[in-house]
Amino acid sequence: MKRAVCLILSVLMLVPFLSACHGSKGLKAFEMPDGLDENKEYRITFWAKNDTNKTQVNIYKNAIADFEALYPNIHVELRLYTDYGKIYNDVITNISTGTTPNVCITYPDHIATYMTGENVMVPLDGLMDDPRFGLGGSEVRFDSPKRDEVIARYLDEGVIGGKHWALPFMRSTEALYVNRDYVEKLGYTLPEVVTWDFIWEVSEAALRKNDDGTYFLNGGSVMIPFIYKSSDNMMIQYLRQAGADYSDENGNIGIFSDATKDFLFTVAEHAGSRAFSTFKISSYPGNFLNAGQCVFGIDSTAGATWMGSKAGHQDISSDKLVDFEMAVLPIPQVDPDNPVMISQGPSVAIFNKKDPGEVLASWLFAQFLLTNKVQIAYAETEGYVPVTEKARKDPGYEDYLARAGEDSELHYSVKLAATKLLLDNVDNTFITPVFNGSASLRDAAGELIEATSKSARRNETVDEAYMEKLFKSVNALYRLDQRGESAAERSELGKLPATAVVLLSALGAAWLGIGAYGIMHIAKKKKR
Amino acid sequence: MKKIFALILAVLCVAAVCAGCKKPAPEPEKDVKGEGVMTYAEYMAAAIDAPVVIETYVQAKQSWWENKATLYTQDHDGAYFIYNMTCSEEDYAKLVPGTKIKVTGFKAEWSGEIEIAEGATFEIEEGSYIATPVDLTALFGTDELIKHQNEMFSVKGAVVVAIGQNDAGEDAAFFYKWNNSGEDGDDLYFKVKIGENEFTFTVESYLCDKTTEVYSAVKNLKVGDTIDVEGFLYWYEGANPHITKVTVK
Repeated sequence: MKRAVCLILSVLMLVPFLSACHGSKGLKAFEMPDGLDENKEYRITFWAKNDTNKTQVNIYKNAIADFEALYPNIHVELRLYTDYGKIYNDVITNISTGTTPNVCITYPDHIATYMTGENVMVPLDGLMDDPRFGLGGSEVRFDSPKRDEVIARYLDEGVIGGKHWALPFMRSTEALYVNRDYVEKLGYTLPEVVTWDFIWEVSEAALRKNDDGTYFLNGGSVMIPFIYKSSDNMMIQYLRQAGADYSDENGNIGIFSDATKDFLFTVAEHAGSRAFSTFKISSYPGNFLNAGQCVFGIDSTAGATWMGSKAGHQDISSDKLVDFEMAVLPIPQVDPDNPVMISQGPSVAIFNKKDPGEVLASWLFAQFLLTNKVQIAYAETEGYVPVTEKARKDPGYEDYLARAGEDSELHYSVKLAATKLLLDNVDNTFITPVFNGSASLRDAAGELIEATSKSARRNETVDEAYMEKLFKSVNALYRLDQRGESAAERSELGKLPATAVVLLSALGAAWLGIGAYGIMHIAKKKKR
Repeated sequence: MKKIFALILAVLCVAAVCAGCKKPAPEPEKDVKGEGVMTYAEYMAAAIDAPVVIETYVQAKQSWWENKATLYTQDHDGAYFIYNMTCSEEDYAKLVPGTKIKVTGFKAEWSGEIEIAEGATFEIEEGSYIATPVDLTALFGTDELIKHQNEMFSVKGAVVVAIGQNDAGEDAAFFYKWNNSGEDGDDLYFKVKIGENEFTFTVESYLCDKTTEVYSAVKNLKVGDTIDVEGFLYWYEGANPHITKVTVK
């Protein structure tokens, strides 16, 4: 009888452990604490991205120091990355071990994947609107922007499934960087907004050679007239301009369409002639532009300090630099009267923790990144723009914008032209729908361009059959037909199948048996 | 006792002979390529984007990620950098230095680096070869250097010069990343003077991470040190050697 009681007790004791093992129960949803515990030390981690730009690193460090001076019981540990992809991979790895950062610079596409874990992320609506600790809150110890001072369009970019999951940090777009001298040497006049037809035509013309086999434009042996840095953006923006499908908010994918195919045929034509190439195939557009080996380079406005022979950053030796007039224009358009361009740039997300106080500390730090000092300093490092009206209207920022070209560092003309390009086109920007799998779709969009370009360069036949095969392989490679659902949009899956119930029950019984035997064995040993 | 001694000697003699038998036959100094396989000269003469088939020997592995492997390889005539070759993790483990592989892919050029483009396929073949570093001390700063692109090389008697200034405003012998924006574990950059010219060398963190001797050695360099180095003559907008060994003299 004693044995039977012992066994029952052992089994009962094991049940909670086993349910914990197999339940993969997430954290409890975040609830706003009564306040920040001043007597408690909070250590929060901040994973950030810098563009291998030391000034950006120092801005983060200074922001942390300033924040810690205001909140002496909150300590922020900075971990730096130079690649969003690595942050994404590390976060995914750390979700399973419960060691996510507290605050992370990231993209909404990535957040949608993080959200597949239960309560991994913290929705920001309640935090933003909290009268004491929210944006512009009464108990915030710094000059925080009010909610209506954050540019609404950018704030809305962090909405997934009807809730805000990210604060915007910086915004950029893509720009067309042009060697104006070369365009004019070819007999063309550069319009304020170029069409795709224009860029293809001039790029083909730029392949003209002299009798000795050198290129007409530079007298050299290298000329890649048009280089696009981000082939995924190239496809995404073209489809948007053409009014063609890409995806919708529900994750329905429309990229494998006739519009995409037609664009890829055009890409193939010009990649095959060598008038067009990409970063992955040839390298950075800026390097070729600065060496006088390129006419059109498309790159982020956040890369403007690498563009132009007088740019502060150079990857090529000074003897290879060529002096020329750089024009900074919107990317090529389908309809130049109604320009459309992507809105991109880092956002800030907050991860959930057991201690709501720790989450509140994280939120305060995230909010601190929106203060004028941080916003303006960071925006000035590249062709970024601040995400708050408060920062944009700051006299210091207005003065910065007004001094374009005064020097080749802080007021570098190309960087400021890129910045103004976005400031003038905020209403012409768009973002792509975010869902679990949208990051893969973006990669797939780029791969369509890359694969087609490579095939054309390798003299493969690019025809209807090719496109059919390409669409199929890209669809499979990026698992676009196996898209999951985010926690925010998770639906009821229904009852488990009977076979699964039997299997899981058997597994549970086996674990219970093993556990009970183990406990009884240990108990016996202790008796001896 | 004499019998035992004689027996031991006999065993030792047999063992020595057997050991000699097991030595692999010396590799020929020139590669004999299989059918349809290019010589190094043919590979170099091929146009960018042309299909290429080569036989080569793994000298070092840089990285593996999502079934893509990046390798430094070399035959007796020259070197081939293979970027993101299709390779399972299981096969990647088999690619120890010396392994002979036949690679089918396309030739590419990325910022001056001649390489076999992403997506090449390979098969492991019989054979082994580890290249001896070629001394390029006299060729740095000359037009001849590029002919040794991607080869395992050495430089003797280079002098460490400051690559820039650290946060304290002092001359730094090395940087984390090209502009010192990185941290421990990132690529290390350092500058050396060879003859009258200065060159920037890199410890590529995927090839030699922070646990390696070369990573530690570079972190301990001081401006003015005279060093011997070994590495691979990678190219990025000019010579951008990936260093695998540093000896302070």
